[in-house]
Amino acid sequence: MKAICFYFQIHQPFRLKNYRFFDIGNDHYYYDDFANDDIITRIAHRSYLPACETLMEMIREYGKKFKVAFSISGTALEQLEQYVPEFIDAMKELTDTGCVEMLSETYAHSLASLQNPEEFSRQVKAHDAKIEQLFGLKPKVFRNTELIYDDDIASMVYAMGFKGAITDGARHILGWKSPNYVYSSASAPKLKLLLKNDKMSDDIAFRFSNTDWASYPLTADKFIDWINQLPQEEQIVNLFMNFETLGELQPRESGIFEFMKALPRFAAEHDIQFWTPSETIKALKPVGELAVPYPMSWADEARDTSAWLGNVLQQEAVEKLYSIAERVHMCQDKRILQDWNYLQASDHFFYMSTKHSSDGNVHSHYSPYASPYTAFTNYMNVLSDFMTRVEQQFPTDIDNEELNALLLTINNQEAEISQLKREVEMMRNNITKDLTGDFIPDEDVKSEQHEEEKKEPQKKTAKKAASKKATTTPKKKVAKE
Amino acid sequence: MKALMFGWEFPPHILGGLGTASFGLTKGMAENGDIDITFVIPKPQGDEPKDFARIIGANSTPVAWRDVTWDHVQSRIGHVMDPQLYFNLRDHIYADFNYIGVNDLGCIEFSGRYPDNLLEEINNYSIVAGVIARTVDFDVIHSHDWLTYPAGIHAKQVTGKPFVIHVHATDFDRSRGNVNPTVFSIEKDGMNHADHIITVSNLTRRTVIEKYGIHPDKVTTVHNAVEPLSDELLNVEIPPGKHNKVVTFLGRITMQKGPEYFVEAAAQVLQKVDNVQFVMAGGGDMMEKMIRLAARRHIADRFHFAGFLRGKEVYELLKASDVYIMPSVSEPFGISPLEAMQMGTPSIISKQSGCAEILDNVIKVDYWDINAMADAIYSIITYPAMYRELRENGLKEVDGIRWKKAGAKVIDIYRNLIH
Repeated sequence: MKAICFYFQIHQPFRLKNYRFFDIGNDHYYYDDFANDDIITRIAHRSYLPACETLMEMIREYGKKFKVAFSISGTALEQLEQYVPEFIDAMKELTDTGCVEMLSETYAHSLASLQNPEEFSRQVKAHDAKIEQLFGLKPKVFRNTELIYDDDIASMVYAMGFKGAITDGARHILGWKSPNYVYSSASAPKLKLLLKNDKMSDDIAFRFSNTDWASYPLTADKFIDWINQLPQEEQIVNLFMNFETLGELQPRESGIFEFMKALPRFAAEHDIQFWTPSETIKALKPVGELAVPYPMSWADEARDTSAWLGNVLQQEAVEKLYSIAERVHMCQDKRILQDWNYLQASDHFFYMSTKHSSDGNVHSHYSPYASPYTAFTNYMNVLSDFMTRVEQQFPTDIDNEELNALLLTINNQEAEISQLKREVEMMRNNITKDLTGDFIPDEDVKSEQHEEEKKEPQKKTAKKAASKKATTTPKKKVAKE
Repeated sequence: MKALMFGWEFPPHILGGLGTASFGLTKGMAENGDIDITFVIPKPQGDEPKDFARIIGANSTPVAWRDVTWDHVQSRIGHVMDPQLYFNLRDHIYADFNYIGVNDLGCIEFSGRYPDNLLEEINNYSIVAGVIARTVDFDVIHSHDWLTYPAGIHAKQVTGKPFVIHVHATDFDRSRGNVNPTVFSIEKDGMNHADHIITVSNLTRRTVIEKYGIHPDKVTTVHNAVEPLSDELLNVEIPPGKHNKVVTFLGRITMQKGPEYFVEAAAQVLQKVDNVQFVMAGGGDMMEKMIRLAARRHIADRFHFAGFLRGKEVYELLKASDVYIMPSVSEPFGISPLEAMQMGTPSIISKQSGCAEILDNVIKVDYWDINAMADAIYSIITYPAMYRELRENGLKEVDGIRWKKAGAKVIDIYRNLIH
């Protein structure tokens, strides 16, 4: 018995507008709304929506026998909510069938796993919360941005409570081994790994409509037969690809949707099932450990992180960005936190790649910029502005530790205030009960108090906070009233 | 294979890019072997390199018979030409040109520059070409730029050998569209007579096809290249006392080179940054206008006019620069950014330059887009990673652009014409 594990990725970054050096310090809105709207709407109508419909039809027809998994980045979800809300509904309908699994990933589709463990776990939590809020599902299997994976990441992922992770079956890691098994991580042996079957995934994603390909045309019959021909022991075929494969990379007229629809029928003939990543991990035992000392990914010819960190420009941009991570983590300002997410999208660094030949073509195909140098210039201008905004929040002359202590005081103060408030409330209730038994609490006083508290954390810059430490406690205020 | 080339400039006495390109191409062809080049220029000084081409001076080619002694010829022109060649040429005078005004050797005087009576000089050059074509043995004729087209046509008519013209620029580039009818007709005449046309970029190729109405099959692009710089030039000393970033424009200050866009971009950058200086080196008819413009933008304290630089000075300035910029409105090729890259200076070039077709590790902007230009300048002088990446990749890239490859293409074209 064999199984196919389908997993689709959906991601769109917030592309930056043309941000000139004059704008630094003056304009704090960085995004090209028109392009973002245009691109996601086009892809959704050509690919995401019809593909969802196809999957829905398949699930209706084959019931629990057909299953798929998705990972959707937080930035893509935000754009879809804003520009193509009908997609969220379609996806909800899919997830409600119980045949769809949602995978975990970083909220911003970022490189945080390589740069900043704290930020990495923050983003994973944020992403999973968003998925739960929208679809009511709790992701159990993790897939990192562009399948970036190494032993360090495995440990972090396992520590966060995931039982499985998805990554690429890169040839320089696998060697003679086959990707059609479940493996376990060398650094966290209890973390199971699912590896992408490069050849068969790319047969669908890249070669499906290529008339020069020897196996053209690819039919469901033929494809399932290939899987059937695999040795008995190779039980799982992991087909991982971008969701826009269906309809965008392989356009509707190539017959990709019909191909998908026909798969379950031929699969059933050969007793080949469809499993989600969670089911696969549960059903199969790992056959061996996989040690990955250097990060790998599914991008470019090299299958490493050179697509984002390959040249000086990319390294500089990433380094500058994460140099302020600690500061940003102390910020409360919502817009700063939002920009922080959007600026981390790996795509910005992908555009800065100076690779040539076939890899270069892929990079420039997706890039909104004419050259990697323009991409870098624009990003750095934006980042400069962002960094000044973060600096404005907290003066640079206070070092992180000191600042952290002050913020802790402020945060604790809030907790303390609410604690005391509750006490006051309780005591007051007790008193009124004691005296009359039918006391109605003074509404005005209450709401005023609320407002004051809300403003407090914003007003206080760190320095002031230190001096204000001994502000009048609410207890006194209440007493005055 | 033997080629007879007509050119107007040859190093070390050059006035513009034409001399550098003619020299580089000749050398590149020689490196491919099996080629013998005779290069005619109006006025050699005697210090031209002679290892890969035989140089004949138009001003030492007799067009009227004079009875002179070997010793006299030796003392007069021995430093530029073998006296025997003089006598060989004298044997092939085909008409009496005494009326033109010749010197004691029966030769016409040439300025070798671009004088006011340029058209007369072009005509005289073509007369001389008749004598040379009758004397020298060759398989193909090759004319560099419009000044030498009439000479090439003459040589073709005398010998019937295939005629190639090399378009380094057209009058459409020089005049931003307001072509001089006389120049246009000389260019057009040359193109019509040519058996094949070589252009220095696809941009120029399109101009030749579209503006001169030439059949595309007859026109081939052979991009220019650069000579590796000598160690002496690579290691020039930067003048001391550099504290600021330096952004440099180097070239004739004329309409074609778009100097005003550079001034405007500089004004924008200076609004935001103050540790930067702008240098405009070169001379030209728009220089005074540019000085006034810089003053009007209130940037004169940071915007310097360096005047015309020679030899080593050019490389000193390039080395001291952090950014090289060439905002040409129309540039058939533009060798100077390649030289800047050889010196490790990041370059910004206009998309309307021919060299933009072959360069990856430069920043390309539209010549009119002063915003993009200012952004690029700001980025290179502000973000060290940008500077480093452009510098290192640029050095690597320009190292692969060799005249030998260009020379091989030209030899191929010759072969197709001869057989």
